[in-house]
Amino acid sequence: MASTYEKIATNTLGSAAASVTFSSISGAYTDLKIVVVTGQNPLNNAITWQYNSDTGNNYSNNALIGTGTSAISTNANTQPRISGFGDLGSSALSSLIKIDINNYSNTTTYKTAIGRFDSIPKGRAAVNVGLWRSTSAITSIAFSFENGTDNFSSGSTFTIYGIKAA
Amino acid sequence: MPILGIIASSKAVAVPNSYESISTVTVGGGGSASVSFTSIPATYTHLQIRAIVKSNGGQDSLDLTFNGDTGSSQYTYHSLYGNGSSAGTDVSRPRANIPTDITMVASSDTSMFSAGVLDILDYANVNKYKTTRVLSGFNTNGSANGTAVFLSSGLWMSTSAVTSITLTGRATNIGQYSSFALYGIKGA
Repeated sequence: MASTYEKIATNTLGSAAASVTFSSISGAYTDLKIVVVTGQNPLNNAITWQYNSDTGNNYSNNALIGTGTSAISTNANTQPRISGFGDLGSSALSSLIKIDINNYSNTTTYKTAIGRFDSIPKGRAAVNVGLWRSTSAITSIAFSFENGTDNFSSGSTFTIYGIKAA
Repeated sequence: MPILGIIASSKAVAVPNSYESISTVTVGGGGSASVSFTSIPATYTHLQIRAIVKSNGGQDSLDLTFNGDTGSSQYTYHSLYGNGSSAGTDVSRPRANIPTDITMVASSDTSMFSAGVLDILDYANVNKYKTTRVLSGFNTNGSANGTAVFLSSGLWMSTSAVTSITLTGRATNIGQYSSFALYGIKGA
């Protein structure tokens, strides 16, 4: 039996990698929370994620970004991935990303994720909402950069937690 | 490669076993005007509600009251939001409830729900007013009802311990499959 709030897995990169995937995610929880501490090299593209290997244009996202001098909001519909935070600004392990995916395993609703992003080198704090237009339970989540070739820095940690409601 | 201190200090999300499920409500067919959690024990430090929400009619707002208090000047609210084209802020005070900013997505946006995490900090402390904070958002992939992401806060100007929470649709019923899970978070 799953406990209320528990770590499912952690992936600490021993070397730079272009993608990180959590697969075979159990449906035993109600919500997922993912915490990422990472950096990026080179800095060409935005960090993104996809569910269940779905590369179709089934995603959309909206972000609110504070740059230190202004607040801006962006939106992208009918995309092949969720993004919205831009590049990470540094190869140092100085970007923090937290993502909540509520009711990830139900097969009735599309899946909405809300996320937070903080990067000191980038000078940004941001929040976003991402929609996946699928009623499938989420069983895998893959992180990469938009061009597929930028790398997450060695030492990056990706941790996924499960939260189970009564 | 060193991890910067500010990141290292914020890595922990919650200490396992300090986080307990109290109650969950999933709205059935026909919807519901409101959802309530009652008889909340004072045995935790903070409360958290994790939700997905839909309307059974047009897009609507979800408002919060504590302990059945609907006094017209008991609550205040601030919000920072982005609607995909611009950033904005909102304030309302005093008022008779706290807008949660967990949007009730219109029933016409089939299968689409908002998501939100609402924290009620130090809810059982009888020496101070109670503060809420919310991260929430919805996206309809370009429908007329738009998209938004919110960071907001609310204040209940009462020193009473929070023992009940009511979430009410402002103009429509809360839609089927909307789900609200209440958790208690213990301090050290």
